[in-house]
Amino acid sequence: MTPSKQITFSRRSFLKTSTLASGGMLIGFNLFNACKPEAKVPIDLSQLNYNDFNAYIKISKEGKVTIFSPNPEIGQGVKTSMPMIIAEELDVAWEDVYVVQAPLDTENYTRQVAGGSQSIRFSWQALRQTGATAKQMLVNAAAAKWGVDASECSVAKGIITNAKGEKLGYGDVVLEAAALEVPENVTLKAPKDFTIIGKGAGNVDIDKIVTGKPLFGLDYKEEGMLYASVLRPPAFGQVLESFDDIATRALPGVVDVIVIGEKARAYLEGSKKKSWTAQLSKSDKVVVIAKTTWDAIKGKRAIKAIWKNDSELESTESHDKLLLDLLEGETFKTRRKDGNVKKAFANADKVLERIYESPFLPHNCMEPMNFFANVTSEKVHLVGPVQTPAEAAKVVSGLLDRKLEDIHIEMTRMGGGFGRRLYGDFVYEVAEISNAIKKPVKMVSTREDDMTTGVYRPATKYKIAASIKDGKLTGYHLKEASINGNMYGLIPNFFPAAALENYQVDTANYKSNITTGAWRAPYTNFLASAEQSFFDELAEVLEVDRVQLHLDLLENVKKNPEPNIEYSPERLQGVIKKVVDKSNWGKTEAGVYQGFSVYYCHNTHVAEVADIIMDNGSPIVKKVTCAVDCGIVVNPLGAMNQIKGGVIDGIGHAMYSDFGFNNGVPQSNNFSTYQLIRMAQTPKVDVHFIENDIDPTGLGEPTLPPVGAAVANAIYKATGKRLTKQPYMSNLDLEKVVG
Amino acid sequence: MPTFNLKINNEKHTVEADADTPLLWVLRDQIDLVGTKFGCGIGQCGACTVHVDGNAMRSCLLLVSQAEGLNITTIEGLSEQGDHPVQQAWKEIDVPQCGYCQSGQIMTASAFLSKNPNPNESEIRNAMHGNICRCASYNSIEEAIKVASKKLS
Repeated sequence: MTPSKQITFSRRSFLKTSTLASGGMLIGFNLFNACKPEAKVPIDLSQLNYNDFNAYIKISKEGKVTIFSPNPEIGQGVKTSMPMIIAEELDVAWEDVYVVQAPLDTENYTRQVAGGSQSIRFSWQALRQTGATAKQMLVNAAAAKWGVDASECSVAKGIITNAKGEKLGYGDVVLEAAALEVPENVTLKAPKDFTIIGKGAGNVDIDKIVTGKPLFGLDYKEEGMLYASVLRPPAFGQVLESFDDIATRALPGVVDVIVIGEKARAYLEGSKKKSWTAQLSKSDKVVVIAKTTWDAIKGKRAIKAIWKNDSELESTESHDKLLLDLLEGETFKTRRKDGNVKKAFANADKVLERIYESPFLPHNCMEPMNFFANVTSEKVHLVGPVQTPAEAAKVVSGLLDRKLEDIHIEMTRMGGGFGRRLYGDFVYEVAEISNAIKKPVKMVSTREDDMTTGVYRPATKYKIAASIKDGKLTGYHLKEASINGNMYGLIPNFFPAAALENYQVDTANYKSNITTGAWRAPYTNFLASAEQSFFDELAEVLEVDRVQLHLDLLENVKKNPEPNIEYSPERLQGVIKKVVDKSNWGKTEAGVYQGFSVYYCHNTHVAEVADIIMDNGSPIVKKVTCAVDCGIVVNPLGAMNQIKGGVIDGIGHAMYSDFGFNNGVPQSNNFSTYQLIRMAQTPKVDVHFIENDIDPTGLGEPTLPPVGAAVANAIYKATGKRLTKQPYMSNLDLEKVVG
Repeated sequence: MPTFNLKINNEKHTVEADADTPLLWVLRDQIDLVGTKFGCGIGQCGACTVHVDGNAMRSCLLLVSQAEGLNITTIEGLSEQGDHPVQQAWKEIDVPQCGYCQSGQIMTASAFLSKNPNPNESEIRNAMHGNICRCASYNSIEEAIKVASKKLS
């Protein structure tokens, strides 16, 4: 079996140990250096100090283990799963481990990022090496104490035992261990010997979550802290002209009204690096500073502002036309080209061609954007939820003209991310606010602020065409037209790349002034819906079974191995067979309609079957069977949560959520008009893992993309109507449908 | 600014606030009970759910001036030791992903189960309709409510 592309990990010194003043042992390691695929040590090891490390293991004299988890936690579970990997190789009892979120090391490292479902994939080997190295040092220390060879000692749950049966706890040897050389070669456990990995650990913050203890950015407080509410332009393309704050200043809780924007603009315009969210910093903004959040919100509502047009005020109607024109035009960039699709189409007996359309989408993290700043002459203290703390620190340093080492960022737990917190616009705002008023202050967005001044998933359209000759599929041509950007470079190498002799992927985009960016499973979140709906229809045209069509195409890939594909044909076949088996595919009772979909992205292979019923002409998704190959499952409990959440999130956005613009103004601003999926609309998600010993890959995103097509294909079976435009429920003409 | 006398988690609090201030912000900013979350401000998401005389209510829609004389319970006061059957069930099932909406989910579920300790599936789904979970942990919430229901009956 060929696994999909793997991280090649080179063993090198990325660890340092020392004795703690309190009598314990500290093992520092640089996770991000350790995880880099290229083998190089960037700095002179003799010069290392503890600021160079962004993750630690602390072992006290009592044998208690504290693991400082380096990656931001947005609900994807890494604050639990990454320490589990260390604890496994360190051989301690999970109950004895205490996990703490490590602060950002802004000085040296820039990859403390949550995104792309990559945290576990990149850190797997490094975390194991770290745990195993620490264990070996403790064993070496114990062996030296006993005067025996380390190989005669065994370890279980933090207790070292020698051949005579004598025992020493980790705490008994930490001082000696800290003074030892870091061993270069350590043995990692065989997956069959894992006792923590694969066993399912609960969320490490669960006690605090269920009792309402402060955890999130919005919960953070400091003595003397003020609150800020920011008035931003109501339409993309507008900037502030003037404002009247008389009514606001008359309110008792309002402390001040200021204007920000100049510093962010100056920095972003001067910066060589393109900022995704520069549009959000184009206008001056009016900031109401108050004693409580409510005073600030009320004060903002009382501001009378006049806005002027700065660039075009765009609308969904014009975007639709522009994107369709792009699909019919000639301005494409070819992203992958195998064989000659032109020739295949010219020689075809039959061509199937379809257009698929998706709207913009806001992220709608349940915790609205917020951040704390206290800018003083000594330092810039920032606290809050952000997925890219290092980048935020760099920008704040630039826009306030402060040294990078003056910027201190603390990360809180995040009330959702989904891509929105990759962008630090709210951090820049609060830094500029605190810098102006010289006081500790927290910026809090309302839901309306959040939804209308967002960084949206771009509206995207696809045109997919397939050529058929003598009843066989001969060519596949995918064209993408999107707002501001296009699919990232790996996507053209996803399935069905290499399955067909003639294959081409082309992309084009329209530059808009509406801010767009990453949204859970960027591009594939809709591309998978489009392609897997197309394959369903294609199978019908070819008069072949839709599951068999995929298995056969993947068989082609196996016969003609191609190094430039991202997915593994064997692993895709594996999840297909599993989902067919577990979903009772094709054998359902009357009135239940099934749709099939399979997709690879974010290094994980997934197949899904949706079961729907029709109720008064309206489809209801009852169940989704999901087969997942993510390699070794580190934390089955957390993995289940991510998979089920991804599936239901995918159904919600494919079926219900819509977002458009009219003259630059977002057409929804709260949950009264923007629909998110609710419990009564959710299916039961039945999850099945492929069991293997392949290094683990992430789960934050890959189960979301395939589900849209699984639902659309099931609705087709029930209604005879092919759905090509999301959200499906707005585009399913229910009157014409009889269930 | 006027003052208001509130009874929250069986403790008396006197706060100074504008009469139109939602209870949510008084709880969070003035009484330091931040377990009650802000999600939408218009009663659509349920993140700010508290109990008022035992009934689930959205604290973003309840003004401080209306809250005088009411028995208000927040997530912090749901149980002394964090061991209300609903809290226990949430831990057993490991419900939360990001966790932000969960105190609201727990407050809605606990008020609902106090009136209907043995609900069927559609009753659970209807009762929880007002609470959004953006991480979509709905399967686990549903399961945890069933577990809590067993503990209560």
